[in-house]
Amino acid sequence: MNPLKVIVFQINAEEYAINVNHVYSIEKVQAITRVPGVSAFIKGVVNLRGVVIPVIDLKERFGLGSTLSDDQTRLLIVSWNDLELALVVEAANDVIDIQEDNIEPTPDTVGEIHEGFLQGIVKLENRLFTMLHLEKVLNIMDKHEISHT
Amino acid sequence: MIETNNQYFELFLEESTEHLQAVNDHLLKLEEQPGNIEIVGEIFRSAHTLKGMSATMGYTDIADLTHHMENVLDLIRNKKLSVTTAVVDLIFESVESLEGMVDSIRNGGDGKRDVSSLVRMLEQMGKGEAIEAIDLTSSVQAETIETSDYEKTVISHAIEQGFETYQISVKLDDDCALKIVRVFMVFEALEILGDIIKSVPAVESLENEEFDTQFQVLLISKANKEEIENNILQVSEVKEVTIVTYNVDQSVHNGYQGTEKNDVETNVSPEQSSKSSNSSNPAASKTIRVNIERIDQLMNLFEELIIDRGRLEDISSTLMNSELSETVEKMVRVSSDLQTLILEMRMVPVEQVFNRFPRMVRGLAKDLEKQISLEIMGAETELDRTVIDEIGDPLVHLIRNSLDHGIEKPEVRKEKGKDPEGKVILKAFHSGNHVFIEIEDDGGGINRDIVLKKAIQNGIVQPENADKLTDDQVYQLIFASGFSTAEQISDISGRGVGLDVVKTKIESLGGAIFIESQLGRGTRFSIQLPLTLSILSAMLVKVEEETYAIPLSSILETATVKKEDVMKAHGQEVIDFRGKVVPLVLLQEILQVPKNYVGEVDHYSIVVVKKGDKMTALAVNSFIGQKEIVLKSLGNYLKNVYAISGATILGNGNIALILDTNDLVK
Repeated sequence: MNPLKVIVFQINAEEYAINVNHVYSIEKVQAITRVPGVSAFIKGVVNLRGVVIPVIDLKERFGLGSTLSDDQTRLLIVSWNDLELALVVEAANDVIDIQEDNIEPTPDTVGEIHEGFLQGIVKLENRLFTMLHLEKVLNIMDKHEISHT
Repeated sequence: MIETNNQYFELFLEESTEHLQAVNDHLLKLEEQPGNIEIVGEIFRSAHTLKGMSATMGYTDIADLTHHMENVLDLIRNKKLSVTTAVVDLIFESVESLEGMVDSIRNGGDGKRDVSSLVRMLEQMGKGEAIEAIDLTSSVQAETIETSDYEKTVISHAIEQGFETYQISVKLDDDCALKIVRVFMVFEALEILGDIIKSVPAVESLENEEFDTQFQVLLISKANKEEIENNILQVSEVKEVTIVTYNVDQSVHNGYQGTEKNDVETNVSPEQSSKSSNSSNPAASKTIRVNIERIDQLMNLFEELIIDRGRLEDISSTLMNSELSETVEKMVRVSSDLQTLILEMRMVPVEQVFNRFPRMVRGLAKDLEKQISLEIMGAETELDRTVIDEIGDPLVHLIRNSLDHGIEKPEVRKEKGKDPEGKVILKAFHSGNHVFIEIEDDGGGINRDIVLKKAIQNGIVQPENADKLTDDQVYQLIFASGFSTAEQISDISGRGVGLDVVKTKIESLGGAIFIESQLGRGTRFSIQLPLTLSILSAMLVKVEEETYAIPLSSILETATVKKEDVMKAHGQEVIDFRGKVVPLVLLQEILQVPKNYVGEVDHYSIVVVKKGDKMTALAVNSFIGQKEIVLKSLGNYLKNVYAISGATILGNGNIALILDTNDLVK
């Protein structure tokens, strides 16, 4: 019965959420410096108050094509075990409270995104969104990147 | 307690580390000059301070151990105990244990440790009793019984007639009621086997029970140690018996309960630490202690200032306001001075790292049964603290390597006509914008053939390429991972891990490592390190729309070449640069920079960079200029990006990547 605060954001016009504890801040997209020779979903690095942070396009990471930047596009600055990353999302506008038992297992039909990245589905009145398993998203990316370079 | 006394806690850690280091240094000196009571006094003072501090802070185990160490030192100071290898070893062991406890406290532990066995050995040492080798791996020597000239003559005569002289220590049970009876029984048991020529305390005192629970005798006998021991142990209430062979010349050999490797230590001549630096005592200048964290914070703030300074320079150059540009210029000058000062503040003498090596070499030489002297030069050379923190382990690896693989065994050295004592020189010095640390040994050198054979075996080199490699390339092979030339895997090194780690570590510090070697003569490892890591001078260049920084330290020259002067050799574009053929690398291609400019250019702007004696020309679109930049890491997520060593934040807040020219020079 633990209450949970989550940040809801959009990727490919669908709603996703992660635990607010992992999100350090939400930023508007600023000048991204391209880094050569890395995977396409790593967009480069940004300067966040003097710290250099890699930028990952979540949509591209999930294999859904790259995010087209507009004035709604945001950078979700997340941190996990010393790893600080900026995630590109289409929009991030809601922080909502849910109960842990609101999270239901992912139905098999979700399909589009690697199931390992997903923690479950949350249904709230007329809203439906997917909880992302941040640790797995980061870890899988981590391994992927290391084997890549 | 730790929270409330935070301020004292820090001080305690710092000072105890200093005092332990002082004890270490002085012990090594003492071993060279065993008669120098002044040194003992120094050690005593450090130990005493340490005892006081630790007792105040409530670290009872440290206080306890130092207390017993002090007792032994006091005996030496008052000439009641002579300085033997056993004493020095035991104190070293205690110091090591103390260091362990202080480390544990530093890492948030409680600084508790079982010191009872060390304490017991120190106690026994204090009582002048032969001590057992409980935890010690090396053999220990007993405090010997003094003999008069007459007794010495008796002993030497006995030895001539094939008798052995033993020094026997007997310890009775603590609650033994009739000690005198037991003493007589022991004497009786011994007299069956030989003659007792002396006892400590003297027989009269023994009769009056004027002794604690232990006494010692000198026995001349033809029996062996086991027989004697068995005979004594038949007497009840005898707790412990220690028997050592007694020599007239006062050196006791053959610790009965010691290990087989006796007398190794007499072969070793541990070298005085840092000959050059210790001889001069610098005049006292006023200092204050500043927490390192504060200096780091200062550095971080200063880095931000440098970034803003860059921004101001940009603004003033676009505004063309003379008053503004004058002020900005002034600020640039002042901040450069400030930078020098802050960097100097972070500089610490490399001595901090070197300090631990004399003891390490002493111990390793013993384990390897080699005779090795270590000479340290330039320990006062200063390096950035971050480098100091990181350089210790690589140096340990290299020194172990020199000791294990470099220096030969004394027999081998004699055969080769060399001094049986091998020499390792550890040297640090400044040169230009770099600090060099060299580890030189006069050992066997690197055998090209053996290295090649091994490399081929391990699949690092293809057999057909082997002959083409230069000596230098062959030496570099020992840094390949999974490589070890030691015939036998030893405890010291030779597991094939290590040297590759050394190289990676040094390169991650922005340094380089070189090897020179002469077969039969020795090997020299030179480590080149940058003076500082975080702020560097760089040339900013444009590649299409992107900005990159190239460290000035690797740039030879900038120039422009006409496109028609570019030639092709083996499919690679090259240019003629001052009579040399230098490969030309188009940064736009190698960094996959999106091309915006479509027109044809008739010339290239090039930056000629070097790595060792190799050069490469990097083609860029334009030069922006030289700037002091702050090096930022790309973080753990983006490790090992090809040709990029980090990033920096420009005046306008954007990020420019710093090129790693080592990757680009072919």
